[in-house]
Amino acid sequence: MADYEIPDDLRYSEEDEWARLEDDCVVFGITDYAQQQLGDIVFVELPQVGDRFAKGDAFGVVESVKAVSDVYAPISGEVVSVNEDLADRPELVNADCYGSGWLCIIRPGDEAELESLLDAKAYRIYVEERSEPDQ
Amino acid sequence: MSDGEARARVGNVGNGFAYEEPLLFERSRPGRVGCSLPRLDVPEVDAHATLPEGALRDDLPDLPELSEVEVVRHFTRISTWNASVDLGLYPLGSCTMKYNPKLNEKVARLPGFACAHPLQPVELLQGFLHLAYELERHLAEISGMDRVSLQPAAGAQGELAGIMMIRAYFEHRGQRRSRILVPDSAHGTNPSSAALNGYEVVAVPSGEDGILHPDAIEALMTPDVAALMLTNPNTLGLFESNIARITEIVHARGGLVYGDGANLNALLGIARPGDLGTDVMHFNLHKTFSTPHGGGGPGAGPIGVKNTLAPYLPVPVVCRRDGAGYDLDYDFPRSIGRLHANFGNVAMAVRAYAYLRSLGPDGLRRCAEMAVLNANYLLARLRPAYHVPYDRPVMHECVLSDQRLESTGVTTIDVAKRLIDYGYHPPTIYFPLIVHGALMIEPTESESIEGLDRFVEALLAIEREARENPDLVRSAPHHTRRSRLDETRAARRPVLRWQPEDG
Ligand SMILES: Cc1ncc(COP(=O)(O)O)c(C=O)c1O
Repeated sequence: MADYEIPDDLRYSEEDEWARLEDDCVVFGITDYAQQQLGDIVFVELPQVGDRFAKGDAFGVVESVKAVSDVYAPISGEVVSVNEDLADRPELVNADCYGSGWLCIIRPGDEAELESLLDAKAYRIYVEERSEPDQ
Repeated sequence: MSDGEARARVGNVGNGFAYEEPLLFERSRPGRVGCSLPRLDVPEVDAHATLPEGALRDDLPDLPELSEVEVVRHFTRISTWNASVDLGLYPLGSCTMKYNPKLNEKVARLPGFACAHPLQPVELLQGFLHLAYELERHLAEISGMDRVSLQPAAGAQGELAGIMMIRAYFEHRGQRRSRILVPDSAHGTNPSSAALNGYEVVAVPSGEDGILHPDAIEALMTPDVAALMLTNPNTLGLFESNIARITEIVHARGGLVYGDGANLNALLGIARPGDLGTDVMHFNLHKTFSTPHGGGGPGAGPIGVKNTLAPYLPVPVVCRRDGAGYDLDYDFPRSIGRLHANFGNVAMAVRAYAYLRSLGPDGLRRCAEMAVLNANYLLARLRPAYHVPYDRPVMHECVLSDQRLESTGVTTIDVAKRLIDYGYHPPTIYFPLIVHGALMIEPTESESIEGLDRFVEALLAIEREARENPDLVRSAPHHTRRSRLDETRAARRPVLRWQPEDG
């Protein structure tokens, strides 16, 4: 299996986003697995500051040479900041998905939702399950 | 085996003429002209005295200056760079790149069609209106729908029209429905058409066997769902065998069923979407009915409806007046309006009509049978070499993946690029999205068994190369004017027009 970076200190959604609590807000982006699966990312569409989303709503789009994928809100909340750099440099998502390739910051509607996300161990299992060649 | 030997064995390409061709702008030389105008024989007019300030420009645009033969050569040369179905197998899955019979071209060029002006009075357009009226009825008969409009310019616009009609239908009934169900294997135009009409798109998961299951629809079919959009056969090339039960569930909850007719080629003369519960659907004349496709010209995406939706058809509707020939009927107060100037892409309707009439009902059925046989033949011959994600008998196309090549580092894009070295246009890749590394192959009925075998040999040779010499495949194509293009940079920083170097 290919090698995927899955930092221990983050939480993960089943839609392959990561989330990190910073003060009272949550930063998130897409995981290394998602970024590798998509291939070279050429365009990122993000919501507006102030937009509100429920957990699981599509809130943005990531487009690669291969495919266009929706990005889903891992928890509900209000967008307080988006990564403006991605408009000109979508490749940051490939180069540094857990750092400068973050997508947005939201103020959670319900912090407990963060607890419902997968931890690194569970996410690793989830990734491995999907990359096993089928019989 | 060397690269040259492998390609020679498949025998689909040689080393023919291969011209380079700079842009016309780069060939331009000041003062060179392609035509000579006669001497002015009327009084000269001062433009400044007759035209308003804003309509005058003080410099000439930077247009290239060339002789006639240079322009002719330029376009003739770049026309030889095209891949086309007239040059070889064009296995683009979901696109039905079938051969376009030359008879269609002959009929479309009849002066009565080709030279007609769209604003001629209807009395002088009787020939075309007659053809349109009949074509609508033939398409309705083939699909089991009640009425057809030829207006939409492509499948995507047909979908847009169909969903607009669905919305108009519910608005007229005062029902507020805000969602549309779209299977996860659908073509991207399906969710787009729903979203453009203000609907929320709800993805329906396909079952393990690649088709839709009634319980998935049952669970999602809430009272706020306006419609299900369904492609049959679906984009995995599989027949939706639960379709009758599924459309029943949608109808029982007051919803409508949109049929994406892109894959109708598999069903011609065998099954009719209208009999399977479809309320509204589009046809892609440029797929199923052999009109040119892609770079070959405009498309056409007629839309068919059951009578319940007929009041919403785009206007004008072609009609027959007792004893007075054909006419245009604008009296559809609930119509979604006009979608295309005049009568849609008229020459496509003429070609499709010629195709339908030259094949007749038995010939059309035979197209479907041969298309299905060809796809299953390819699947049977390629299965030993490539992974088949949903391994069942298919309809008109089959979907493979790069999974078994994983240890070689060769992926779908590399296989596709290497096929170009063997003289084939690559199949559709990375679609449907539910298959990782999909290679979606649709041979159509146009290919002979020898043609299919050659194509299979090319794919088998590439699979061997992937194991023996993966770098050869990963850096393909090697025998084209340009090798691997930087698609990522082209998408991130597109250069959309030529600009002079000093400008
Ligand atoms: C399944 C499917 N639906 C819809 C469309 C859209 O049709 P068109 O390209 O004519 O707009 C396509 C075309 O590729 C398709 O494959």
